Amino acid sequence: MEHKIRVLVAKPGLDGHDRGAKVLARAFMEAGMEVIYTGIRRTPEQIAEVARQEDVDVVALSCLSGAHNTLFPKVVDLLREKGMGDVLVVGGGVIPDEDVPFLKAHGIEEVFGPGTPLATSVEYIRTHVSREA
Amino acid sequence: MDVRAGVLAGDTRSIARAISWVENDDPRAAELIRGIYPSTGRAYIVGLTGSPGVGKSTLVSRMAALMATGRRKVGVLAVDPTSPFSGGAILGDRVRMFDVTLSPNVYIRSMGTRGSLGGISSATRMASRVLDAAGFDWILIETVGAGQSEVDVHDVAYTTVVVMAPGMGDEIQAMKAGIMEIGDVFVVNKADRDGADRTAAQVASIVQLSSDSGWHPPVLKVSAELNQGIESVLEAIGQHRSWLEQSGKLDEAKASMARRDVLEILRARLTEDLRRQLDQPALQEKLNKVANRQSDPYTVVDTVFEQYWRKT
Repeated sequence: MEHKIRVLVAKPGLDGHDRGAKVLARAFMEAGMEVIYTGIRRTPEQIAEVARQEDVDVVALSCLSGAHNTLFPKVVDLLREKGMGDVLVVGGGVIPDEDVPFLKAHGIEEVFGPGTPLATSVEYIRTHVSREA
Repeated sequence: MDVRAGVLAGDTRSIARAISWVENDDPRAAELIRGIYPSTGRAYIVGLTGSPGVGKSTLVSRMAALMATGRRKVGVLAVDPTSPFSGGAILGDRVRMFDVTLSPNVYIRSMGTRGSLGGISSATRMASRVLDAAGFDWILIETVGAGQSEVDVHDVAYTTVVVMAPGMGDEIQAMKAGIMEIGDVFVVNKADRDGADRTAAQVASIVQLSSDSGWHPPVLKVSAELNQGIESVLEAIGQHRSWLEQSGKLDEAKASMARRDVLEILRARLTEDLRRQLDQPALQEKLNKVANRQSDPYTVVDTVFEQYWRKT
């Protein structure tokens, strides 16, 4: 039967504002995906471990605290360590344009800033999920 | 990745992938289950059900933490509803299960119901076999927030824990049929709040009336949030387990579970086969006739059955 896209929506770091993450979770659900939501203030270790246990295709990271340059690449590294380098990692939140190239160089495949239409993120995930089943 | 060998060795990534196969009805799932089924039947399976918001996830998380002491391995299958419209789901049980995320002896998997209405998904049964084969001592299955009729968990677990919260007096009356009948252990959670005694008393009065099996379901007051009384839940599960073992009912339960394993796969296959029959061009005319009221569903079903059994 069909392979449902499983997305982990995760908030690394210390900011406690998850409205954006929840709106995205809902958009992914409405697009027919299964969304695992972790809640706020998770460590990269927890996020990578959940990704492994849940066998997700996508990890969508949201960070509003400004620590994305540290936290996002750390999640990517841990996923690779766990043999999950084929998981699509995307990021969002308050991320300055000048940080985007750095994040992309560190395995965050796309970054969605404030104001990105929900459909754009959904479509990106749909077309970029790549892991071998 | 050799998923079968990985599952049998208890490798997390293999277990996770195996459950995905089972959930997606992947062709590789059947071969996998064939390869691991002989290694199943050792785990003790506990189901937890109850209305939305009574604290099932928090309780499961606390129980898993306690069960995992002494190197026991605990697998959790947490089921949340799939949207019948989009087919998607938000699986949020993990929000309340973070204490145990990094525990090496606890594995948690969130599952969508994917069309099943009984409070668990049809893949939950086989996902539980995967965990069993992977050497988990305990398997905890948490249903969706269940109301009255979502009693399927009873068929996949040896001990069923029904979780409630204070202030549910009238609701308990209404739940008399259904989930009140499947509880082997009743837990009134949030016992630090007002009304817990009253709720517990009401549960006890209903449970007393309906225990003709020889097992008297205990009613326990706990606070999962405050981590109080969790030992008593494990103790009660242990007592129920001993009672099942000594009365020979555990073997009965295992036999009937194996029968259900067969029945469920049979049902899924037949449904799929019959659906395919309906898609055949030859039948379209007959279906149109039903739509136009020139024929009726029973007549067409008779035709389909005749053709189906003749062919096979």
